Amino acid sequence: MQPTIVPLGDSALTVIFGTSIDEETNDTVHSLFNLLQNADIPEIIDILPAYASLTIIYNFEMIYSDHHCSPYKYMQNKVQTILKDRVAQESNFITDIDIPVSYDESFGTDLSAIAREKQLSISEIVQLHCAATYKVYMIGFLPGFSYMGKVDKKLATPRKAVPDPLISAGSVGIAGEQTGIYPLDSPGGWNIIGRTPVKIFDKLAASPCLLRAGMKVRFQPILLDEYHQIKNTQ
Amino acid sequence: VSVVVLKKGLLDTIQDNGRYGYQHIGINPGGSMDKVSASIANMLVLNNTNEPIIELHFPAAVFQFTEPCVIAITGANFGPEIDGKLIPMNTSLLVARNSTLQFKRALEGARSYLAINGKWDIKKWLSSYSTNTKASAGGYKGRALIKDDFIEIRHQHFNIHKENKAVVLPVAAGYTDLSTPGNAIRVITNNEYQRLADESKNVLVSTPFLINLNSDRMGYRLKGKFLNSVVNDELLSSAVTRGTIQLLPSGEMIILMADHQTTGGYPKIANVISADLPKLAQMKPNDSMEFKIVELKEAEDAYIKQQQQLNRIEEKIKQELTNILANESY
Repeated sequence: MQPTIVPLGDSALTVIFGTSIDEETNDTVHSLFNLLQNADIPEIIDILPAYASLTIIYNFEMIYSDHHCSPYKYMQNKVQTILKDRVAQESNFITDIDIPVSYDESFGTDLSAIAREKQLSISEIVQLHCAATYKVYMIGFLPGFSYMGKVDKKLATPRKAVPDPLISAGSVGIAGEQTGIYPLDSPGGWNIIGRTPVKIFDKLAASPCLLRAGMKVRFQPILLDEYHQIKNTQ
Repeated sequence: VSVVVLKKGLLDTIQDNGRYGYQHIGINPGGSMDKVSASIANMLVLNNTNEPIIELHFPAAVFQFTEPCVIAITGANFGPEIDGKLIPMNTSLLVARNSTLQFKRALEGARSYLAINGKWDIKKWLSSYSTNTKASAGGYKGRALIKDDFIEIRHQHFNIHKENKAVVLPVAAGYTDLSTPGNAIRVITNNEYQRLADESKNVLVSTPFLINLNSDRMGYRLKGKFLNSVVNDELLSSAVTRGTIQLLPSGEMIILMADHQTTGGYPKIANVISADLPKLAQMKPNDSMEFKIVELKEAEDAYIKQQQQLNRIEEKIKQELTNILANESY
């Protein structure tokens, strides 16, 4: 599909590459993201890659005062040129990461419900969840919250109709064919199957969010003891 | 000077123009809800417009200034008083040692801005002073101000000698003409506007909508006629921005404000134009608004005009304050 460019208000535009969750479309999104980051265009103040689209927030005042033209038209032209000349771009950061997860039922509060619903044992659920490598399709909702996919169809469980009032930081959840980790304590509707002792969000770190869109993630099952050991070293 | 919080308010946070460059990792921009008022407050105390200010909601906190300093209050009029005496809005004020500032009545608007001259002794988080309460970071300890908090500020430009008298400096900024009169909020339509049924497109621009009680810095929920969409397939989550109007499955609308999430999966039917966001930020629960759809060009022209007016106000204030500093001693 030819990408289309549409305005999002008067200070942002969205490049739409498709309408489905698939890895190829999402790779195109991240390739453009990397290209734009490397190009370091001063008029661009934020770039948001999503499943099948990428949104650019631009500095309206800067574009107008430098070029005296419609800021949208200026950015639209700029992006069209970049899209025409683009070559696939590699990412600037580490892209593969293993994340330890304790699937202890004290953390995985929805494990037994999923097991019942899907006619699976808890160890089968853990095995299925750890067998796949997941792609971080996008980050959103909370600082560093990863939308990863896709989980085995046997595990796919719809989001809860009524969100839980408090899900602990580090909780690993499933929503439809997506899996993700809560970076902060938060209300949420995902089905929780385990918890990682690793800090997903650390406001004091130079780079506060561990996961970035485009990364590949594998979950490593650990015992409750190991969970506490790792947690204590954090 | 130390600015001490004697009593906490409903929600008083340190903000600036927002935290940009981190939305790809899910960290939202935040920042002042009414950027025009926040900027003018800083202009009136000779600070740069991206310096921190305190955004106040009613009932607002009570503050004490341990030393003489120059302050200004803009935005919502909460009946500000210094030591029990009403003080003017949108004006440079020299306050005396140990003055107390309090806000007595919510007269008009939703958010008031307190600027204080000088360099504030607070640290930026990810290149911004704005408070991100969700991440407990930025601003003052990542949270709203409470009793006994204090901010150290080193005053600049002003050389203050007299210590016992509050002075209203003859510098004021009227800026009501920076927004359009009435309750019209201009929007441009977004990609998913076409999902609305024809009748709902009509309802959107011909009936008033009220701001619901459970509205905050994250977003305004609207109360009014329900809108129907003709397409109901689920959308992929994608980026949203300040002013994005989402259509909830119930047929209600929500307008995303300063603390909005970075992405959303509901249809985005329209976006409030940047020039009308400050006006929207001053609307309160139960206030009524009417949407007017405009073309992108009108939105851009309106924002350019507003920025030019702001620049003129800044020049005028700078000139007047510089004259005062050259000729008077405080």
